Amino acid sequence: MKPVDPRLFTAARGSVPAMVVTVALGAAVGVLVVVQATLLATAIARVIDHGGGDGLVPLLVVLASVVAARALIAWAQEASSQRAAAIAKSELRRQLVERSASIAADPSQAARRAEVASLAGGGLDALDGYFGKYLPQLILAVVVPIAVLLQLFRTDLTSAITVIVTLPLIPIFMVLVGRMTERANARRWDALARLSHHFLDVVEGMPTLRAFGRGSAQPELVAASADRYRTTTMATLRVAFLSSLVLELLATISVALVAVGVGLRLVDGGLDLRTGLLAILLAPEAYLPLRQVGAHYHSSAAGLAAAERAFALLELEPVRHDGRAGVPTGPMSVTMTAISVRHPGRERPAPDHADLVVRSGEVVALAGPSGTGKSSMLAVLLGLRSPDSGSVIIGIGDASLSLADVELAAWHRSISWVDQQPYVMAGTLADNLRIARPAASDDELREALRRAGLPDAIDRTVGHDAVGLSAGERRRLGLARALLRRASLVLLDEPTAGLDAATEDDVLAAVRAESDRGAAVLVVSHRPAVLRAADRVVTLR
Amino acid sequence: MSALWRVLRSSRSGRTRWLLALVLGVLAAGAAVVLAGVSAWLVTTAAEQPPVLHLMVAIVAVRAAGIGRGVFRYFERLVGHDASFRVLADLRVAVVRRVERLLPGSRTLGRGDLLTRFVNDVDGLADLWVRILLPAAVTVVVSVGAVVVVGSLLPIAGVALVCSAAVAMVVAPAVSMAVSGRSAARVAPQRGAYGQRLLTVLDGAAELAVYGAVDAALGDLDSADRSLRRTEARVAWGAGLGAAVAVLAAGAGLVATMWLGARAVGSGDIDGVTLAVVVLLPLSVHELVAVVTPAAAQLPALRTSAERLVAVVDEPDVVRDPSFEDDLPEGPWDLRLRGLTVGWPGGPALLRDLSLTVTSGSTVGLVGPSGLGKSTLAATLLRFVEPLDGAIELVSEAGAVDISRLRGDRVRSVIGWCAQDAHVFDSTVAANLRLARPSATDDELRSALSVVQLDDWLVALPHGLDSMVGEHGRSMSGGERQRLALARVVLSGAPIVVVDEPTEHVDDTMAGALMTDLVSALADRTMIVITHRPDLLPPHVHVVDLAEHAPPHSTGADASNG
Repeated sequence: MKPVDPRLFTAARGSVPAMVVTVALGAAVGVLVVVQATLLATAIARVIDHGGGDGLVPLLVVLASVVAARALIAWAQEASSQRAAAIAKSELRRQLVERSASIAADPSQAARRAEVASLAGGGLDALDGYFGKYLPQLILAVVVPIAVLLQLFRTDLTSAITVIVTLPLIPIFMVLVGRMTERANARRWDALARLSHHFLDVVEGMPTLRAFGRGSAQPELVAASADRYRTTTMATLRVAFLSSLVLELLATISVALVAVGVGLRLVDGGLDLRTGLLAILLAPEAYLPLRQVGAHYHSSAAGLAAAERAFALLELEPVRHDGRAGVPTGPMSVTMTAISVRHPGRERPAPDHADLVVRSGEVVALAGPSGTGKSSMLAVLLGLRSPDSGSVIIGIGDASLSLADVELAAWHRSISWVDQQPYVMAGTLADNLRIARPAASDDELREALRRAGLPDAIDRTVGHDAVGLSAGERRRLGLARALLRRASLVLLDEPTAGLDAATEDDVLAAVRAESDRGAAVLVVSHRPAVLRAADRVVTLR
Repeated sequence: MSALWRVLRSSRSGRTRWLLALVLGVLAAGAAVVLAGVSAWLVTTAAEQPPVLHLMVAIVAVRAAGIGRGVFRYFERLVGHDASFRVLADLRVAVVRRVERLLPGSRTLGRGDLLTRFVNDVDGLADLWVRILLPAAVTVVVSVGAVVVVGSLLPIAGVALVCSAAVAMVVAPAVSMAVSGRSAARVAPQRGAYGQRLLTVLDGAAELAVYGAVDAALGDLDSADRSLRRTEARVAWGAGLGAAVAVLAAGAGLVATMWLGARAVGSGDIDGVTLAVVVLLPLSVHELVAVVTPAAAQLPALRTSAERLVAVVDEPDVVRDPSFEDDLPEGPWDLRLRGLTVGWPGGPALLRDLSLTVTSGSTVGLVGPSGLGKSTLAATLLRFVEPLDGAIELVSEAGAVDISRLRGDRVRSVIGWCAQDAHVFDSTVAANLRLARPSATDDELRSALSVVQLDDWLVALPHGLDSMVGEHGRSMSGGERQRLALARVVLSGAPIVVVDEPTEHVDDTMAGALMTDLVSALADRTMIVITHRPDLLPPHVHVVDLAEHAPPHSTGADASNG
């Protein structure tokens, strides 16, 4: 595993200043550690040499200011590392969400969408540990040994050489042992995650288990699986913890080498007390941060893994390449020929060589059992997914162009669409309607609501996720929004599901009015009333 | 703190292991402190150029402490992790035991997202021991020891160490909690709110793209993101302040001890060697403290988790089994409802005064719009919740037995359930079916699947009955899930079956076929089909309109519980 992923700097550019500040503060801490040790060694040696505290005050004042500076830096570093994490998280989240707009309509991309939701909705918080714990420690691990060595070279060459010879052993051993333990560690986290998942599965499925008389057996089963997990995990931990033991012993032996050497040279008189004290104060500091980097292994691994997943999503090929052609206005007809869309893990494409024609002024119903690719047909028509084979030709007046060449934004400006569960944001009905046409007047909004069979006050408020609207009202709000658009192509996905017969008739009248004004209308539906009202029915198989 | 305290005391597993881990931890941390003290002594004594032999004991002590630190630490970690795994197992078992009494029908665990959060809470609490309590206990014990040693060498230095350690250990976390405690408590709800808005935008992303409104929606999301960032920044501000106070405390202790020690050397109270020890030994104590205090920042979150756990543990059983069960005579049974009023425990009545007899072998449709309390009725029929009033009886030739006089498991061996949202376990097809009848052979499983028209589906699976059906049955469609649940009921052999909204997660074309298959698969059983789609029921079925039993103005009263 790489300690730093350079893509973090490019994908989350806004976090770079805060990262630089974090690094600079870390470097300052490294220097101050050495300064503090030097002051302390000097002070103690001075008191012992002078047999008292004469002339100590200036040293203590400097020492106190070093302490104060370290306190301030600790504070600032916490704030700056958090800032770096927050900015990186929010930039990555934003890119993920922007990116997912293109995959959202495509049912075959449900897994990717779930991945985006889990990452942006919390998975990226793992970066907190990476920025807040791992990164500062990593900086210390680089800066402190260098600062210590520089100081030791100036004061006590023998100790400096001892440290410089033994110090590289630590990272070497860390890599060697780390290789071995990384896999064990990963396995352990994996097992832990599986166990937690199993536990959640049991808790969620408890009503089902109880219905079949299996509820009372569950505590023992959970206990048994937890016990099995403990036994196997302890076996791997016995080996995994050996690595820290080795590192600990290595560092201790190195410090002991320095200390004993210093002691013997002091007895010989070859060294003064201040230098000796400084050497034994500094030597452990050189090893400490290196060892602690290992302790934050998990923070770093979890953070980088989350970032890795985000990059993988961001680097995926878009499901459709954007074209350049504009879309003229005017009555439109669409001809879809031999459209096939393949789905991972499924033998047969859905749709499989489907043909569909919708002309200006007509209402076409698209029917067929679930799984035959109705939603994929819509996704293709919306330009949100390229078909694996087949073509979509748009005819406007005499002009005819392929959807693949069309600029997506221009295409979208000439269509309107109502999803099965239309998007509703917190706010008024007017806010939600103006998504389709920001410039619409209040009267136009009222008119659209009335025609969609939702004669309601435009300043009625709804909460997040359509709280306050019934499923049927939500669909009619979506329809009203589509009507407002006066688009050349109108796509409706199950617009009348869950509506009573009278309201269904109102909705169908509004749909018919769209085709009467010249729009080409495609309705996906099973409802007999809708199929009866359509000019033609195309059934997918 | 009382909730945390209860959670702490609840797990008896491995108390001796905790004690052992504590002892090992104290030895490891003590070795580190001894190492600092003896090295200081060694170097300052060596500077007085005594015979080398004079130093031998100290040299040996330095080595022993160095090796001891690593070895003790190794065993401390092993013992501590072992104990914390045991605690985790204990907590989970306790939770499953409670959940077995509470679901469905619990007030505290009603909704799915609460359940997930609750499970995460339990896992988080297990960390309490190994990451927070053990290191804190070790640090306190070792600090006390260090204070005794330093105090015996120079009393006033002991006082300085007590003060600085207390500030670092107690005041610093208190300061950071005072500054950011309230913000810290807001982080989780704000993250939740952000996640919710995010999901709305993701769900609507395609529509937003078509309307060219992606940027506007992202702007809406950004404002939630910004307020989350502000809260997180305030938390970091408080944590940073705490860290700064701890650094200041350690530094102030150091400067004070240096000054007091120098005066004591000047007045001849102590020698230079002692000075070095009393100044340098406290540094290693503060190194220990610095590792422990950040963990204290997690206490508020853990307390919230503990409170949720305790609330669940304290919730009374939804249904109490009778201490002495009545005899249930041999079947076949009619199912008789007498003046039945149902509602969730502690909630209002949803359906009132329902009287009805379902004769053995017949099918009855209970029909009403969503939100009327149909799922509550199903749960009551299965004795998952008590009726608010009236009774449910199993009537045979030998007489009638009120199901509240029977153990729940006994009731459910007679009355089977095909749930609206039957859980598909993340396991094999066979395991998902066998929970209905553990002794079933593979052939019996296959024939149950073919009864519910899942034989083609089974053939398409890569490993047949041993295929995994994935997390929450995600690789299955709504109709397939419903049919799998139906296959369980077929296997279970319960003579009476309650079928709750079988077509809820199935699209219109599939719904008719599913209903037809269901009625024919269970043709020999007594069936109560609860649905809002009477048009799908076969014509011969007797239909009861539940809307007539709803109290006035109650429609949609409790949508979250269905």
